[in-house]
Amino acid sequence: MRELDVELLWWEGCPSTDRALAAVREALTDLGLEAVEVRMREVKDDRDAAQTGFVGSPTILIDGVDLVPAAADEQIGLSCRVYRRRDGRVSPIPDPDDLREALRLAAERAEVKR
Amino acid sequence: MSISIGAHAPDFQLPDTDGATWSAFDPGPPTPPATVVVFTCNHCPYALALQDRLADAARDYADRGVRFLAINANDADRYPRDSYEAMQRRVAGEDWPMPYLHDATQEVAHAYGAKVTPDVFVLDSERRLRYRGAPDGDYDDPGQNAEWLREALDAVLGGSEPSRAETKPVGCSIKWKP
Repeated sequence: MRELDVELLWWEGCPSTDRALAAVREALTDLGLEAVEVRMREVKDDRDAAQTGFVGSPTILIDGVDLVPAAADEQIGLSCRVYRRRDGRVSPIPDPDDLREALRLAAERAEVKR
Repeated sequence: MSISIGAHAPDFQLPDTDGATWSAFDPGPPTPPATVVVFTCNHCPYALALQDRLADAARDYADRGVRFLAINANDADRYPRDSYEAMQRRVAGEDWPMPYLHDATQEVAHAYGAKVTPDVFVLDSERRLRYRGAPDGDYDDPGQNAEWLREALDAVLGGSEPSRAETKPVGCSIKWKP
């Protein structure tokens, strides 16, 4: 048994960080995982972005894996990330159902403490 | 620099994706009763999420003579998805009811004080700024249907002051050149 590792990478040029963090916390709460800490990591410049393979803000890593794996041609750099909702709409944050599903699967794999 | 409500907006000459040149001021005849200048881009999720609402507004107000001009001012060297060629590909593949203009030098964006994408400016027939801000209050709610922009246009077309002359535009910061 171990802690689930959830990390939110953000860049100050995007206004979606608060909403993304709220969505992650809501999904964790829905799954009974509210004790899981969400680590916040600021990507400050192009060098940071290159080192982390940052393709846009927010990027949510669950056990080090991107919630929505970046496409091969996605550009690394400081920008706001484009997500798609399940109904096809463009959004600056992931679909809450995708988020919940990814966290649930990761928790099952890790047999996380609730 | 930015423009105050009631002040004259700067004129400009910018190319669209077909190479035709557009100006903020159209002498007519007839002189457009209002012109909407929208700073937008290809890569920002806020701009993309609101594009359909802005396009719908452009179609809905076209028969009342309102002009819509979309402008992309982002630094294409650092953000190739905002290059002129990428703009051309996008317009070719989508249904755009307004010209998509390229502000390669970023002079127009600076002159207007544009901050983010999308950032909306409503000008009256004399090119005075009557509304500046977001199209509506929530990018995530298509039902809002660019209501702040529509309210401002209805006021200008009806000869009154918009009840909400300024709102905070929410979106991706304009990518300025270093």
